[in-house]
Amino acid sequence: MHIAVCIKQTPDSAANVVVENGAATWGDAPMVVNPWDEYALEEAIRTKEQHGGQVTALVMGPESAREALKTAIAMGCDSGVMVSDEVLAGCDARMTARVLARAIEKLGDVELTVFGKQAIDGDTGLVPVSVACTLGWNALSYVAEINELDVDNARISVARSLEEGRQNCSGVLPAVISVVKEINEPRYPSFIGIRKASKADILVWDLAELGLEVAEMKAGGAAVTWSDMRPLPARSRTVEFIEGESMEVIVAMLADRLMADKVI
Amino acid sequence: MASDVWVYVDQFRGNALPAAWETLGAAGEVAAELNTGVTALVFGHDVDELAQQAADYGADKVFLCDDATLADFRVQAFGSVAAKLASADKPQVILAPATTRGRDLTAFLGVELGVGVVADGIALQVEAGVLQVTRPVYAGKLHATVSAPGAHPQIVTLRPRAFPRPEPNAGSAEVVQVEAAVAEEDISVKVVDYSVSASEVSLTDASIIVSGGRGVGGPEGFEPVRQLAVTLGAAMGASRAAVDAGWIPYSYQVGQTGKTVSPDLYIACGISGAIQHQAGMRTAKVIVAINKDAEAPIFKLAKYGIVANLFDAVPALTDELTRRLGE
Repeated sequence: MHIAVCIKQTPDSAANVVVENGAATWGDAPMVVNPWDEYALEEAIRTKEQHGGQVTALVMGPESAREALKTAIAMGCDSGVMVSDEVLAGCDARMTARVLARAIEKLGDVELTVFGKQAIDGDTGLVPVSVACTLGWNALSYVAEINELDVDNARISVARSLEEGRQNCSGVLPAVISVVKEINEPRYPSFIGIRKASKADILVWDLAELGLEVAEMKAGGAAVTWSDMRPLPARSRTVEFIEGESMEVIVAMLADRLMADKVI
Repeated sequence: MASDVWVYVDQFRGNALPAAWETLGAAGEVAAELNTGVTALVFGHDVDELAQQAADYGADKVFLCDDATLADFRVQAFGSVAAKLASADKPQVILAPATTRGRDLTAFLGVELGVGVVADGIALQVEAGVLQVTRPVYAGKLHATVSAPGAHPQIVTLRPRAFPRPEPNAGSAEVVQVEAAVAEEDISVKVVDYSVSASEVSLTDASIIVSGGRGVGGPEGFEPVRQLAVTLGAAMGASRAAVDAGWIPYSYQVGQTGKTVSPDLYIACGISGAIQHQAGMRTAKVIVAINKDAEAPIFKLAKYGIVANLFDAVPALTDELTRRLGE
């Protein structure tokens, strides 16, 4: 079976992101595969190892996003596709979903598409379900475990991680799933994988190749626009270190303050 | 009067999530600005009590869809009812809490209605009919103002605990019963069962959270943290270091790759406060840090700090609070 994994390149989670001239910047911090997507890659590769088939990693982004595909291939994906078009810079979740959905259709025979639950830059978590809706596929979000995958009968059953606990449910293939961290422990790229990735041919598609019009992507002004990127409001206070001759005295002073603040 | 600001009332087994009422409260303010009323979308099975609660929390009108196909949230089933209503009535705004269900529903609606969705608002302003939404980006490291000026409806999700929960008053609303939009045989997702976590307080809803980090030293080190949490009726959290070490399950993790929380009080025990952790908890109203290392970055966020071994400080605090809260 053919599995697609949609990944994104994001600044490293340890990056100190600041605002410069109204735009976010992170200095020398490296761009990495979105941390949530590592779980998606791992789950796709494990699924292939168990059921056979192939895994295609799909990334949308500028030329630099090629590196994310190399990581994906080094982990064990069979091939990589990059969707790159300058028109796509800053496009919102719904438009991203349209582009990814079209790319998945173009791959032709994808039965399962795997996402991380969200990206650590935009953090909307909207894209996986939007892709499923665009394609008319089942959407199973926040998957913590694939309980069963029955490729012959095109069925999948999963445990989803919700506010209240786990939900066991089933759906049909083709499906889009988004995965959470509980699902696995991502592997490191192997030495052989890294060599393979360095030689891999990466397909690059632009909008025209996907049969999408630039005008269509900008249509109607119904898109989400970002403005006024800014640092967080400063926390004006400095910490009050509570000290005293004994721990009993210290915790009593803390309790006084918490009660005065009306938080307990 | 039209009731053009719609709110998805997120519920589980007939119980609304606190974030649903917070969103309804925010909707009331938006509706006042737009000179219209609030419509609550109450979808589920055996949920007619929620229609009255929605009225008590300020809804002027309720679309009530009570159907066996809606006993569990399935995005196709819930989304299709909402999309059908919205296509017919053309509301100006649809708000939903940024819960798992709220996110899925709004993603579905965005595609069905052909509009962008603004996610994760923590503050709202209406300017010339357009919702200007403040939201954290880059995992809470920055804020941005986000809007979808040309979108009709404007769909926005609001982060739990970012907006105050209104006081309920005996209210009345026009309740309009609506039919489900998709028959069971046309819904391919089937819910089998739940393994709902034991009656611990949910992290995202909690008004107090007590968290443990690397400093707890092992699984058993969470015991004093848990006791303090129980004493305060608080949820328990953990840092990534503690989760990665295998001392506590991932569902407890607070931070960039865990849960984002915004309690009134956050007590960090043995947590250094790496930037990844801060991203998940820095909007807490009052932060207390207990750490051996006075240089730990967590103290830069904290209002109160105790430089001590958590195994001395936390049990002492538990004893003190047990005594006081018992009075």
